[in-house]
This record gives sequence, structure tokens and C-alpha cells, in this order.
Amino acid sequence: MPRPLIILIVILLVLHQDNWFWNDETLVFGFIPIGLFYHACISIAASVVWFYAVKKCWPRDVESLAQADSSEGGAA
Amino acid sequence: MTEFWIIAGYLTLLLLLGLFASRMFSGTKSDYQLASHSIGPFLLLMSIFGTTMTAFALVGSTGEAFKEGIGVYGMLASSSGIIHSLCFFLIGVKVWSLARRHGYTTQIQYFRDRLESDKIGILLFPILVGLVIPYLLIGVISAGTVIQNMTAGAFPNIEAFATSSPGTSGGVPPQLGSLVICLVVLCYVFFGGMRGTAWANAFQTIVFMVLGIVTFCVIANKLGGQDSLLANLKTLGEAISPEKSTRVDMSKTKFFSYLLIPLSVGMFPHLFQHWLTAKSASSFKLPVVAHPVFIMIVWVPCVLVGVWATTSLVPARPPLPTIGDTGIVNANAILPFLVKTQTSAWLGGLLTAGILAAIMSSLDSQFLCLGTMFSTDIVTHYGGKDRYTDRQQVLFTRGFIIAIVDITYACSLAQPKSVFTLGVWCFSGFSSLFPLVFAAVYWRGLTKFGAYAAVLASISAWLYLFRESGWGANRSYTIDIGGYEVMPVAAMFAASLLAMVGVSLVTKPPRDSTLQKFFAR
Repeated sequence: MPRPLIILIVILLVLHQDNWFWNDETLVFGFIPIGLFYHACISIAASVVWFYAVKKCWPRDVESLAQADSSEGGAA
Repeated sequence: MTEFWIIAGYLTLLLLLGLFASRMFSGTKSDYQLASHSIGPFLLLMSIFGTTMTAFALVGSTGEAFKEGIGVYGMLASSSGIIHSLCFFLIGVKVWSLARRHGYTTQIQYFRDRLESDKIGILLFPILVGLVIPYLLIGVISAGTVIQNMTAGAFPNIEAFATSSPGTSGGVPPQLGSLVICLVVLCYVFFGGMRGTAWANAFQTIVFMVLGIVTFCVIANKLGGQDSLLANLKTLGEAISPEKSTRVDMSKTKFFSYLLIPLSVGMFPHLFQHWLTAKSASSFKLPVVAHPVFIMIVWVPCVLVGVWATTSLVPARPPLPTIGDTGIVNANAILPFLVKTQTSAWLGGLLTAGILAAIMSSLDSQFLCLGTMFSTDIVTHYGGKDRYTDRQQVLFTRGFIIAIVDITYACSLAQPKSVFTLGVWCFSGFSSLFPLVFAAVYWRGLTKFGAYAAVLASISAWLYLFRESGWGANRSYTIDIGGYEVMPVAAMFAASLLAMVGVSLVTKPPRDSTLQKFFAR
């Protein structure tokens, strides 16, 4: 896996452990507790990271390998 | 009564969908079990998402938020957004490629080949089946609870339907509701196979996502009592107590250890089978990217509804449903209760269909997967591949599906546990097996004895800790590692990983020819 992607995933995992909002009672937009809002943002950030992954880090040989070898005859 | 007819109509629609899918069935084993590898990006996204989002996601998350507060989202939803897609990216794409290359249909076929071991199948089969059954139970039990709550009062004259709680009395008893759901899922899986399952999953995923958002808005407007949705949301937000709007009562290390639980998707046999239905590797791109946001769309409203239910804005009459005569609020019933009491009969019926959709979209894949495993890994493997026709193999698959539905239903008749607790134990078992699949895909040094050690260590730790928790009776069971409170999955995962690495390092590695088959030269 490319190093930039590994770094991004590690950052996501570190940000996931949000000790800084643990006891914070702030309501974002006046209705959503900040602990929930923050983690919803983590979900969106995860999608952005995975978008980067499929654009820049997608394994190029996986499709051709599967097709090439299956045409030679598989087990089932 | 309106809710009852809407639910009945929805279930009939699903049966018709299954029958329609069966008309496209070519009669081959590959078509029945893997939809002939024809599933494109959108259907793959919807079927994978529908399969991973169960009663656990809707009914369980609302119930757990009711008990523990908003922290439940970080514990399982945002972590799943990161980890699930990681598993699809790292494991899903790779095993899809290997399976297409070597013709696998099940996980066990892959492990047998990769580890040069027939016996790994004997060891894994009962463990995987045994861990999927609690997962099935989550759905079957929740379906019964939802149907009873939503049809409460529909049959006041039937004595057998009467209960002591006004929130459930006169409703279809959970045993009967669960039975009907089992039969409906059985029918469309039986006739439609994987194609029917994928279509039904996609349809049901759209249903429960759309209706989930509608439910959220309707409940907010009803409970808030203000003029606009935003004003209602603000009123409800301000009413949430600090204990529920923060994680003040939640252990930080326990929260951290929850990160291991979503790794379970790497070892779910039913998800493995869904991966193999993909038309191409590129079909995985959309599920990998969209999965975290889809989780957010489903979980955020459910968690908010769960914490709203703890506020004084919920009317005192009728009272929240309880577990029997214990006086303890039945957290599993919070969502259906609010839907029933805070929405109209029509909308309530449709929203119930949405909840049932989420439940059934997981049950179907699990039933089909277990049937496929039995047919492929036991009957065909030991009976001989050429001994049975495709038609006979489809018959074995269907036969085992019927047997599993029977067993699951019988188990559901026992006293139901918390959906959330049952789910966490089931997922923990699969998570502890994750090192095995990861090593099989990426580590040349994994040996068959290392794999045996991982499986045995994992299941031994699971059984020991599950027993220590009173077989799930202690719903807040955690363990202490070095003075830190963590979920039991941390110990199971560590035991599995250490046993696998330790034993693999001192035993004979696989032959070069086997390694060349699975790793780039």
C-alpha cells in the first residue's frame, strides 16, 4: 500500500480517538452534540480518503491477473 | 390494522421480487450462488451495504444510544467507515482476484488451497456457521420485536396476542412475526439465489435509507412541537442530558478497543460471497468510497432518535415498552415504539417496512452463504466435484438453507438478549479471525499450523470470555489489560495473532509452488 495512503489512514485512526471532545456539551447548529457531529465528519473524511485511494492507489494488475489466469482454467 | 396490511403488502412485494429473479435463474450452481459474477458497482454497493447494516444498525444503535448516549456512533459507525472500506480495499479486491483466478466460491475453498490443508475446512466450517447463527438471531429476534410493537392493538380480540404492556398488547406475537420473516426471506433466497438476494438487498437498502430519513424528520417534528424542523431539532438537542450528549461515562480505552470490532467484515463468510459476485475489480471502487457516508446517513438519525427518547419531550403516555414485567425499558423496542406512537398509521407501516428491510437484507445473504458453504465445502468437497450435477448442488444449497432457517428460528424462541450485546459478541468472534485472512493474503510465512493455532486460540478465547460474561448476560462486560479497560475482542485478537505468528515461525512454510500461486513472483 502506498505510503501517503498509510499515513492518511493512520491520521484518520488517531483523529477517531477524540479525547478533546469527550466531555464537551456544545451543540453544533444548535441541535447536534459535538461528539456526534465530529464523528459524522470523520465518516465524510473517510470517504474522501477512500476516494483518494481508488483514484491514486488502485492495484493496476488485479483485473488483468484475474482475467488472464481464469481464462487458463480455474479450480471450479 | 393499517400497519399490519402495509407490512403484509411489503412482504408480498419481496416474494414477487424473488420469484421474478428466479425467472432469470440459469440453473447453474455459479448462477445460484454467485449470480454468475454479474454484479456491477451500484448493485455491489447496495448489496454489501445492505448486508452489513442489520437490525444491529437500526434497532440496536437506537437502543444503545438510548442507554449509553451519542458515543455509540464513534464506537461502531465512524470506526466502521474507516475499517470496513479498508477491508474491502485490502482484502475484498485481492480475494476477488484470487477467487476469479482459481475458481473459489467460499472462504474455506481459498483457505484450503492457500494453506495446503484439507482439515482447515473441517475446523473452520463449524466455527463460521456457529458465529453466523448469533448474527442471524439478531435479525430474527429484532424482526419479531418490531412487528409486535407496530401491530400492537391490531388484534384486541385474540387472547393469545394480549400482553401486560399496552405498547405490545394485541400485536402479532414476536414468535409469529419472526416466523413470517424467516419464511419470506427463505422463499426469495430459495427461488432467487444470489441474484434475488442482491436485487432484494438493493431494493431494501434504498427503502430503509429513504424511510429512515423520513422517520427522523417526522419524529423530530412530533416530539419537538415547534413550527419548523430546525426549531424542533434545536428543542430536542437542548433537552438531551449531558450524560447522553457526551461520553462522560464512557471509558476511553474501551472506546479505542472498539476499533477492532469492524475488522469482522474481513472474515464474514457472507460478505466474502458478495465480493465474489462482482463483475470486475473496478466494481469495488464505489462501495469502498461510498460506504462510510452511507453508514453516516443511516446511523446519525438513529443515534439522535435514541438520545431523544431519554428526554422529557417523549410523552409519558403510553409508557416506553418494558421487558416483560421487569419494569426495565426494552431498548430494542425504542425505535419501533417511537415510530408507532409518533407517526401516522400509514407512515408507521411504511417505516416498519423500512426497518424490516434492513433486517431482511442481512438475513438473506447469511442464509444463502451458509447453504453455499455446506454444498461446496462439505458435500461437493467430500463427495467429489464430478459426482453431483449443478442441479443437485443447488438442491443441497437450498436444503441446508431450510435447515439453518429452522435452527435459527428455534434458537430465537429462547429468551432474547440485547441485540447490541449479541451483535458485539458475534462481531468480536469474526474480528479475532481477521489476522488469519490478512496473513493468508499478505504473508508468505503463514503456515497451516499457524492457521490452526490462530483459529483455536481465537475460538478458545471467545468461548472463555463469553462464558465469563455469563453467556452475554453481563451486557457491559469488559476486561482489564494492564490497568486499562478494553473490550474482550482485544484479548481474542491478540491471542489469535500471537498464536498464528508464533506457530508459523517455527513450522514448515508452504511449498514454493503454492506461494507462487498466491503471491506476485
